[in-house]
Amino acid sequence: MEWIKLIGILIILVGFILKFDTIAVVIIAALSTALVSGLSLTEFFTIFGEAFVKNRLVTIFLLTLPMIGISERFGLRQQAIILIERIKGLTVGRFITLYAVIRQIAGLFGIRISAQPQFVRPIVNPMAQAAANAQYGEISEEDEDKIKARSAANENFANFFGQNTFVASSGVLLIVGTLESQGYEVAGSAIARTALIIAIINLIVIAIYNHLFDLKLARKYGKNSKGGN
Amino acid sequence: MAQYIPQILEFFYIVIGLLLMMTAVRTFKDKTNPQRFGTSAFWLILGIIFAAGNFIPYIVSGILLTGIGILTLFKQVKIGKTRPITEEEGEAGAKRLGSWIFFPAVTLAAVAVGISYTPLGGQVGIGVASVVALLVAMFLTKATPKTVVDDTDRMFQAVGSVGILPQLLAALGVIFTTAGVGNVISNAISNFIPEGNRLLGVIAYCVGMALFTMVMGNGFAAFTVITAGIGVPFVIAQGGDPVIAGTLAMTAGFCGTLITPMAANFNALPAALLEMKDPNGVIKAQAPVAVVMLGIHIALMYFLAF
Repeated sequence: MEWIKLIGILIILVGFILKFDTIAVVIIAALSTALVSGLSLTEFFTIFGEAFVKNRLVTIFLLTLPMIGISERFGLRQQAIILIERIKGLTVGRFITLYAVIRQIAGLFGIRISAQPQFVRPIVNPMAQAAANAQYGEISEEDEDKIKARSAANENFANFFGQNTFVASSGVLLIVGTLESQGYEVAGSAIARTALIIAIINLIVIAIYNHLFDLKLARKYGKNSKGGN
Repeated sequence: MAQYIPQILEFFYIVIGLLLMMTAVRTFKDKTNPQRFGTSAFWLILGIIFAAGNFIPYIVSGILLTGIGILTLFKQVKIGKTRPITEEEGEAGAKRLGSWIFFPAVTLAAVAVGISYTPLGGQVGIGVASVVALLVAMFLTKATPKTVVDDTDRMFQAVGSVGILPQLLAALGVIFTTAGVGNVISNAISNFIPEGNRLLGVIAYCVGMALFTMVMGNGFAAFTVITAGIGVPFVIAQGGDPVIAGTLAMTAGFCGTLITPMAANFNALPAALLEMKDPNGVIKAQAPVAVVMLGIHIALMYFLAF
């Protein structure tokens, strides 16, 4: 009855699909997995507590929030709009693709940052929204949400498929280490070169994807609808 | 210098813990919040685990954490009243400061990246950079300490319970590993594929990476398990180039990261940070690219590795 151990995955799946409270779902999944695998309740509390405390690093981004909060109060978003409006012909899709290109180049140099709080909320999303407003004026709340999603998504695309182009990235080191433990000697530089293929293909795919988004917005709001010409 | 990293990080955790407790006090005082007791308890427990997690027995943290689950399960945690930003405030700031308003955000990135090249490493870098950037922002905007506290509280409550989801899922991953969930899955997949069929082997390696990453929420955890269980016997031992197969398998796994709620720091967290209406909006925007990229990975591995 090894399969019973997968009960936690089932709980997560059902919980996320039915939109139950996420925190509670995760804790119930952890508890059930532990209990069906023969851990006692006290063992569960100890392992779970220890794992959570040891992973506090994951939540260190909270420290960046005070600065972002006051930057927003003193006009971060408004200034982003002013800057973007100065650049003619910059569509939402083009702007987001441009960000992805810069992000992948940063990845090539090994710059690894948790960019969702540091860049996407304070800078990328406001500028992307501004590009849409500059082109189409007011847009629907639903489309504002879609632009937010695109901003976050392109950060992930560029981060994920670009990070292994740097020889000393943790991904490359893990590939080298894992293959070595399986008896295959490989060089990090060869892995980084192979990763470059995926990085370039990724940029092509997301440039097309973002261009399609531009076309969709243009169909909905009309080309250069701002000002009515 | 590197030996001080744990102490420096512990200091930052204590700071975060105190900030969380500050939000606990503020939500407790907010009489307009119908769930102020539960909400305040939520932030207080988090504050305790952050500030004191290393000084109290782990079992206490585990029980407290389960308490948070009970609070959220019975909908006892609500966003309280925070000080909103008016459009006038923003416009006045933009007029006064111009593009200098980007300076703190740029400082944050520059200092964080700079320190990541020193022996202190990237994690200490984020902490130090946050403090430096905050000081720069306060100097630049002449924000009063009260405004800083108000805005910290506003941001914390906006990110809310989703903010701790990545950390909670990491803890779930530890439980999964302890229970041996990974072995069950890789055994199941390797039972399905006939040995000697290269294409099926490649598909199993790439799709297995994506699926396993979706379950664990982490491509790195998947890579060691799936490479040993599927990659080596069904692709590399059949004559596949280990460099090409390994490299592509890793990013094939990231296709799974793009479409799983388990990878909360990449998917649910930005949705919360950006205050999106649809908590799954980021995953929906990523799904088409994830599917296309996975197909490309399979094709590339099949044609390049052999």
